Amino acid sequence: MKGRAIGQNGPVALAFHTLFTLFIVAPLIVVVLVSFSDKGYISMPFEGASLRWYLAILNAPELITAFWLSVWLGLGSATLATVVAIPAALAIARYRFIGRDGLMALLMSPLMIPHVVMGVAFLRFFSIMGWTGSFVGLLLVHALIVVPFSLRLTLAALSGLERDAELAARSLGASRFVAFRRILLPLILPGVAGGWVLAFIQSFDEVTMTIFVATPGTTTLPVALYHRVALLTDPVTTSVSTIMIVGTMALMFVLDRIVGLDKVLIGKR
Amino acid sequence: MRNKTLRTNGMPWFLSLPSRAFKRGHTNKTAPADSTPWLLSLPALALFLGLLVVPLALTAILSFNAFDGMRGVQPGYTPGSYIEILSDGYYHELFLRTGAMSLGTTIICMAVGVPETLILAKMRPVWQGTFFVVILGPLLISVVVRTLGWSILLGRQGMVNSALLSLGVVDRPTQLMYTMTGVIIVLTHVLMPFMVIAVWTALQKLDTQVAHAARSLGAGPVTTFRRIILPQLMPGILSGAIIVFTLAASAFATPAIIGGRRVKVVTTAIYDEFLSSLNWPLGAAIAMLLLLGIVFVVVGSNRLVERRFKQVFT
Repeated sequence: MKGRAIGQNGPVALAFHTLFTLFIVAPLIVVVLVSFSDKGYISMPFEGASLRWYLAILNAPELITAFWLSVWLGLGSATLATVVAIPAALAIARYRFIGRDGLMALLMSPLMIPHVVMGVAFLRFFSIMGWTGSFVGLLLVHALIVVPFSLRLTLAALSGLERDAELAARSLGASRFVAFRRILLPLILPGVAGGWVLAFIQSFDEVTMTIFVATPGTTTLPVALYHRVALLTDPVTTSVSTIMIVGTMALMFVLDRIVGLDKVLIGKR
Repeated sequence: MRNKTLRTNGMPWFLSLPSRAFKRGHTNKTAPADSTPWLLSLPALALFLGLLVVPLALTAILSFNAFDGMRGVQPGYTPGSYIEILSDGYYHELFLRTGAMSLGTTIICMAVGVPETLILAKMRPVWQGTFFVVILGPLLISVVVRTLGWSILLGRQGMVNSALLSLGVVDRPTQLMYTMTGVIIVLTHVLMPFMVIAVWTALQKLDTQVAHAARSLGAGPVTTFRRIILPQLMPGILSGAIIVFTLAASAFATPAIIGGRRVKVVTTAIYDEFLSSLNWPLGAAIAMLLLLGIVFVVVGSNRLVERRFKQVFT
């Protein structure tokens, strides 16, 4: 490791690191612990543990509906984002054309524009178009905000890729599309799949933009959770959160197997 | 033919300004009139023009609509909403409070995130991998879940207060929920991974030979760090700071849950204008000012960082 050159960690550094790690994990551990409490209020499970707050989810049909809506929304928007991001990534990685930088900046802009601003813009747009409460409308704007994640991982897969096999296929008479489907797509598939999973997670977790356009019929799980957390201290929020934490960890494991978590989180190859 | 096309200059890949990426890629030498790249990007372009550019333009127009408390949005155009924001002390305070919150979060993220990343860099690869997942993994967990955890920790009977009481730091529970301090603590937690990623990226480009040379020429560890390592890390630290600042200013769920009505910031004010007061033109005007402010900070500071640290990038 390069860092070796700047010395080893002393006891002070390790103490700092321990406190830092505690700071990072404390809120997540607390949520998981409280979810197993048997009390009717927010408390630790040490004086009585139970699964009552997991069973309570079954009596909250609006949370279950919101969960399935979020799942379908994530699946649909991640797929649509991937479908539009692959050809765009090919254009950006393989061609030099006027406006390429601008195109890239536009497609990455959902990362910079505050989600509150996009929420406001979509609320206005939906009310003009009569899309209020439309699942398809919500799916389209979710796809839009997760395009950058899909695009970036597809671009990373495309960069540094040998073109020999593809060019050989072309010279042997394969059409552009066949060369793409049979040669290029299998080569970039890990990046594309990683981008899809990351896009799914981002869509599933999105709350700030969605809160503006969600109607009682199109309330996602994070929005339903937000309203419960903001209104009352109800331990059922902790059991729902625990399930979300476990689900995210499972998807992180999948991401790690497909592309490597370090690549997803830091971007190194 | 491996090419270094994914150069991100100290920015985490998903927030770096795209203009510098892919500048050196080996690309098809196409005639300027070739329409293939545009055909390939047509689906994405259609999605973005129809569902991002148009809605943002409509919001910009909305911010100039007249508003009547009794009759709602009026057809005429007026800069009235902007005049109201610029002349009313309430809105000045709102923007200043948001700026202070973002600046406070940024400073703490820098002060804590930089040393932590340096500590991480010195760990053995196995531990590095483990702690990367622990520190960066929360990025993928919903911000509502993370904020809920903090709202439990920060309450009057929460563990933070119990710890402070038992350590004798305070003699009665301190109010942390619904205070600026609480909001900054939680935002620091939510945004810390971005700082770690930015500093880590800069650390990967560090030329350790120079540090070795400095040490062998008699410089102490402190001098070596201050004169050799820190200057090379500065671009990464600064771009991390820009990201944390802008994301703090854009944060909604955390200030809404932890700050509540007592710590109102720009994003929660926009929410109230749109969904409670229903003064859409005013809400749209605040949103436009927030967007302009963010674009100004990102573009402006990127220019500054690139110019100031040109020699580090090349």
